[in-house]
Amino acid sequence: MEGLPILSLMMLVPLAGAAACLFAGANAARWIALGATLVTFVLGIALWSNYQIGGPQWQFTEKAALFAGFSWALGIDGIALMLTMLSVFLMPICILASWQSVQKRVGEYMAAFLFMEVLMIGTFAAQDLFLFYVFFEAGLIPMYLIIGVWGGDNRIYASYKFFLYTLLGSVLMLIAMFWMVAEAGTSDIPTLMQYGFPAGAQTWLWLAFFASFAVKVPMWPMHTWLPDAHVQAPTAGSVILAGVLLKLGGYGFIRFSLPMFPEASAQFAWLVFILSMIAVVYTSLVALVQSDMKKLIAYSSVAHMAIVTVGLFAFNVQGLEGAMIVMLSHGLVSGALFLCVGVIYDRLHTREIARYGGLAINMPYYALFFLLFTMASIGLPGTSGFVGEFLSLAGIYQTSSLVALISTTGIILGAAYMLYLYRRVAFGGQTNEDAAAMPDISAREWVMMAPIAAVVLWMGVYPESFLAPMRADIAVLDARLAAAAPASDAQLAPGAPRAAAANALPHHETGEHASGSHDSAKEGAH
Amino acid sequence: MDFAPSFALVAPELLLIGAGLALLLVAAWAGDKAARGIAIAAAAALFGAGIMLVPGLHFGTDGPATLAFGGLFKVDAFAMFAKALIYLAAIGALMVAPSFFTSAAAGSERVMRAEYPVLVLFAAVGMSIMVSANDFMTLYLGLELNSLSAYVLAAILRRDVRSGEAGLKYFVLGALASGILLYGISLLYGFTGGTGFAAVRAGLTGEMGTGALFGVIFVLSGLAFKISAVPFHMWTPDVYEGAPTPVTAFFATAPKVAAVALTARVTFEVFGAQVAAWQQIVMFTAFASIIFGALGAIGQENLKRLLAYSSINNIGFILLGLAVANQDGASAMLVYLFIYVAMSLGSFVALLMLRDEDGALFETFADIRGLSVTRPAIAWALLLFMFSLAGIPPLLGFYSKFVVFQATVEAGLIAFGAIAIAASVIGAFYYIKFVKVMFFDEPAGVVTGKSPAGHWALLGLTALIISPLGYLLTPSLTDLADKAAASLFLAV
Repeated sequence: MEGLPILSLMMLVPLAGAAACLFAGANAARWIALGATLVTFVLGIALWSNYQIGGPQWQFTEKAALFAGFSWALGIDGIALMLTMLSVFLMPICILASWQSVQKRVGEYMAAFLFMEVLMIGTFAAQDLFLFYVFFEAGLIPMYLIIGVWGGDNRIYASYKFFLYTLLGSVLMLIAMFWMVAEAGTSDIPTLMQYGFPAGAQTWLWLAFFASFAVKVPMWPMHTWLPDAHVQAPTAGSVILAGVLLKLGGYGFIRFSLPMFPEASAQFAWLVFILSMIAVVYTSLVALVQSDMKKLIAYSSVAHMAIVTVGLFAFNVQGLEGAMIVMLSHGLVSGALFLCVGVIYDRLHTREIARYGGLAINMPYYALFFLLFTMASIGLPGTSGFVGEFLSLAGIYQTSSLVALISTTGIILGAAYMLYLYRRVAFGGQTNEDAAAMPDISAREWVMMAPIAAVVLWMGVYPESFLAPMRADIAVLDARLAAAAPASDAQLAPGAPRAAAANALPHHETGEHASGSHDSAKEGAH
Repeated sequence: MDFAPSFALVAPELLLIGAGLALLLVAAWAGDKAARGIAIAAAAALFGAGIMLVPGLHFGTDGPATLAFGGLFKVDAFAMFAKALIYLAAIGALMVAPSFFTSAAAGSERVMRAEYPVLVLFAAVGMSIMVSANDFMTLYLGLELNSLSAYVLAAILRRDVRSGEAGLKYFVLGALASGILLYGISLLYGFTGGTGFAAVRAGLTGEMGTGALFGVIFVLSGLAFKISAVPFHMWTPDVYEGAPTPVTAFFATAPKVAAVALTARVTFEVFGAQVAAWQQIVMFTAFASIIFGALGAIGQENLKRLLAYSSINNIGFILLGLAVANQDGASAMLVYLFIYVAMSLGSFVALLMLRDEDGALFETFADIRGLSVTRPAIAWALLLFMFSLAGIPPLLGFYSKFVVFQATVEAGLIAFGAIAIAASVIGAFYYIKFVKVMFFDEPAGVVTGKSPAGHWALLGLTALIISPLGYLLTPSLTDLADKAAASLFLAV
């Protein structure tokens, strides 16, 4: 692959597809979009198979000084590779999910999705700070249109809210970027990741970036756009939002906030922890009482992304690896759950949980997939969710047992709301006749669900395939963070051996000696 | 005194004046029938004058060799950059005019008056003189030539009440602004003893007295009126709404460029030694323009009024570059001006293409509901312009904000930049409302008529410039703007 600009090519294919879709008829547009996304996916596989694990940190680099002020610089490391793979994997599935449910202005719809894919790949591959911003921010346009044109009843409100929230978060980041580039004299991301910004300035820069990424992730209390946007977006829009766009926030933290401002990250870790703990408990409880399926899954996304942020700010390898796996896993699982909702929404045109029930009887295969993804969302061992959440929580446990304790309640609450959802939808009696008459999943829906199910199990059983490309990059990041890492509250220290056996009888002891042995006993107990 | 070098320097203006006078005679004898031909000839003259600027722009001319008529007139790269933009915008305004004036949109007359292209030409000459002024007298001459042509242009639909009202309002308030400006000039003359920019600058060096400060403030107020910056913006929505749409397109582009360039020259060259005196004023004006331009637009139903507020909002961002008070800021301002002209011209052309079967224009949000279904090409172009005006990447409007804010931050005005960029989000609200109405709402069911090829060409060109492909222009654009800005600071 030497010399072939594969990253540019991966962006060019969907871009050309988008242009073609704009002018094509409905059916042609569907096939063009599917073809373009599949070609991109194949290119993605080529990218992964040619990625040298243990090779240089940045691979497939391209650089061309096309613009004034910034350059067209692309390149990926293992972290970006995995997230790019997630994007290109989900895209053909999104196109398939919209095959029949979107009937109005199909060409424009497909063009918007393909354009979205270009921007997602660009965001993960950008090696220039401003180029990153361009891709990061440009996603607003297609997503605004997708929600606004093809969304549900309250789509206008949702699209405005999505657009303005995200924009306000991002513009402050742009100001911070200007300052950084003026200070460091380069907009090259790998260089900036090693640059030591003054600690005082880091505080402000971190806050500016946080404003953007916290909205994107989203963290409590900036999450309110997400339930609206998810619920109103068409199925495929929700899949992309939950699957990839939320990951942009996490990616931002791991690519910018942590390596560029390690001191400030340590300084503000408590803020992230508090917000994440509130998010885990609060949004899980909110999810429990939802009567709208999409809203429930949307709130569960906020809770899961809080596990990501907790893991990221644990400042250790397990936490970072865990956060990455949760991101990948959540991208697949929540995407799949939205697809599950979409499947029955297409049949009955309602998201009300109460309108369904007993689907396991008339739609057994559907119920099977839904069960698998429900379990993966809960974090059942053997599914991808378990690996990510276990690593994340193991990571945070080393830093703060309290945060670990509260974050872990998210797993229990997650089990509660997901199982409760599943019981109401798939089990029980068939109370609604029209729901009972729905046919099981079609071949197209099999093709959508089966690959995700396979990857979820793959990631759950053998996560090494996904961890291996990222290991070196996470080690580099961990080394960068080591100096700034906040002290652990566990204070693990090997205890001194007792002077005497535990059951030794106190024969001729002075008071002083007794207190000494008391201390060592205490340490040993730790 | 040898005038030959001076005449060589003002060759573009001479060409335009000659063409203007000749076409005026043609208009007088041939009448309105010849209007279309006169428009074409005027556009050709503007184009020819523009070609003459190319060498100077390319080499970044500056220094004493650029002074004409004993230092009254200055043809440096900065002036040339502004002139090139002015001529291009004027050509655009000429291209879209004939089909508008001969349609039902122009009211009962349905005829293009032969004076229209001539007036545009004279306005262009006036603006040319403004941006080349090196003396307050030259400045005032150019300003008035431009303004008087503009008043007539605003009122050119004589039987249309709104057009007449726009002309009158523009005239009365414009005269007030000229008065304020003249008063400021006279104060400066009184306290410094000269009207030449160099003389006034010399007089303002060192400690500045209160009288001279008043002079500075009055001059800046008069100029703020011309660029319609807050708090001197109140005429803009009314004039933009009332004037015929091609004229509005003209007002939103060429005179803005001229007035902004003039303001930049006056602040840097004349008041350059007293940055502390005007920087706060400009910062306030910039910030207030961004905020009021955004808030004022939110409640608007009329598209032309909305674009008027949008131009106020954009002027705020342009003034940010001025507030930075250094060469980077000036260069950023010029880049912004170029992109702003493309965006405004494109938006107005798109508005001009929205008409019903009879040719009457659509002017409110209610009219353009569901445009993406009825006229997808225009709707997509407008979408690009609106997102570009909002400064959303990857459109070129982002780049204009990018350079301005970069200059602001690099000059150390970080808090100011952060507040201003946060305020730009308010503006995004009404731009995306535009998109919402066109794309999300159900079609209004109005059949829209055909548009001439010239409109399509202009729309396509401006859309291409502001599309992501426009970024390929940025290296050369930045190069030209840098040279132009350098010539502004070399004189200091």
